[in-house]
Amino acid sequence: MGRLIDLCKQKLGGAVISAHEQHGDETVVIHKDAMLTALRWLRDDEATKFDFMMDLTAVDYFGTRPREERFEVVYHLFSLSHNHRLRVKMPVAESDPAVESAVTVWRAADWFEREVWDMYGIVFKGHPNMKRILLYEEFEGHPLRKDYNIRKRQPLIGPEN
Amino acid sequence: MEDKNQLDLNTELMVLNMGPSHPATHGTVRFFLKLDGEKIVHMETEIGYLHRGFEKHCENGTWTQAFPYTDRLNYCSAPQNNVAYALAVEKLLGVTDKIPARAVYIRTIMCELARMADHYTNLAAGTLELGALTAFIYFVEARELTWDIIESVCGARLTSNYIRVGGLASDLPEGFAGHVKSVFAKNRVFWSEFDKLLTHNRIFLDRMRDTGAISREDAISFAFTGPCLRAAGVEYDVRKASPYLAYREVDFDIPVGTTGDNFDRYLVRMEEINQSMRIVEQCLSLLPSGPININDASVRNPSKEDGHTYMESMIFHFKNTIEGIQVPKGESYVPTEGTNGELGFYLVSQGGGKPWKCRVRPPCFALTQAMGHMCTGSYLADIIPTFDMINLIGGECDR
Repeated sequence: MGRLIDLCKQKLGGAVISAHEQHGDETVVIHKDAMLTALRWLRDDEATKFDFMMDLTAVDYFGTRPREERFEVVYHLFSLSHNHRLRVKMPVAESDPAVESAVTVWRAADWFEREVWDMYGIVFKGHPNMKRILLYEEFEGHPLRKDYNIRKRQPLIGPEN
Repeated sequence: MEDKNQLDLNTELMVLNMGPSHPATHGTVRFFLKLDGEKIVHMETEIGYLHRGFEKHCENGTWTQAFPYTDRLNYCSAPQNNVAYALAVEKLLGVTDKIPARAVYIRTIMCELARMADHYTNLAAGTLELGALTAFIYFVEARELTWDIIESVCGARLTSNYIRVGGLASDLPEGFAGHVKSVFAKNRVFWSEFDKLLTHNRIFLDRMRDTGAISREDAISFAFTGPCLRAAGVEYDVRKASPYLAYREVDFDIPVGTTGDNFDRYLVRMEEINQSMRIVEQCLSLLPSGPININDASVRNPSKEDGHTYMESMIFHFKNTIEGIQVPKGESYVPTEGTNGELGFYLVSQGGGKPWKCRVRPPCFALTQAMGHMCTGSYLADIIPTFDMINLIGGECDR
């Protein structure tokens, strides 16, 4: 196992659900409730020092995983001083698609979280402006969910005034 | 507002909508502004006007069918998007080391030509929007010459669709090195012309210097990458930090700014054009001969000739086209240095011929997010150079 995975397991203990290294990418899966603390630690600790939140997205495993872990929110972190990378993921249940916002950890998280809400319907609690970003407010549904049909069409509705 | 003469002036805030189709912004974006006189008190940025459902389309086609979509992300430097996507798929397939050296060098050349063309486009549009029409014409001519090279390789100026998983669509045309040499000679003359026109131009300096600045810490927190991050004094370039393609074999410098303002962003881009030319020239002198495609018919289609001659090759043509190349279950992320910053594809495969998830990290998305941060407190007119140097590309930002 990679060095970062070991560090995470040591520090976060039971919060780490699983970890793997594939094609040289280190990945840790962390429990939803411990995520914000974990992210803050990953940013601040001298050994990890992940000052960049390079990417934030979600994946819908509809039909291939149980409904309690249908979604996965994925962070790609990068550390400038150590020049290392880590992928951090957390499973999210279909019945409760809400996680903590990381806006207070990295300012970059703001728009990325709005996009995840827009595309997957996962709410980020504590986000200052949780609204759609690429689509318009009147749009119904979240198009990157696997059960959103690609052929579905909706009229483009402008603002009322 | 301390001045006595201004006490009776009405300072009620004015709400102004700028865009989504503003003549002085390239890219479709709307700024919602609250102004106190000409000072920006509050600014919101609204994007999404060019959203086409890139990811949804990729998830519903084969791995190969995603290439034309990637062209349309940052359409000013399409080969880079092709390469970034191909690298991520190859990582999933575990064939990264098996790509022939010639293909690797040609990919590097195409990436750097695209970087030059993208910087020319950005600086052309930027100067035009500041009213410098002459500089615009010069930059665009240099860009067209560069795009002529790309066109000679793949038949298209913008939507190159040139890279394939496991190799390239075709080899370089005859006389390529000579063509590049003659264009670079002209582009170097153009470069000194831009430099004379702009770098010491008082009007240009007044608009660019000390506007749109961002500190090193804020740039990192906003996940800035590329020229805008380097202008803020952070020496981070994926080509140096985690070299891919042939970047380990070539010698080049990373220009870094100090103030993080628009002028530094301009200087960084200008120098990167020179460095890209250096890289292309080195790659051409190192360019090995040999095959351009991986010798694995399940990854890259056998040649048309073989397909029409041998039964097995024909079967692979059918299977790769209809079912798509079979990518094992897993996930991969490959960072590359796009013109605007870190361009990475995060791919998830559940096995089979289609991507389960095809996410692109759009560099200008993170940059555009900070527009409000950089412009609040400055003047309305400063939005134009700042937005120019951010280089929002609608296709990439909105996907």
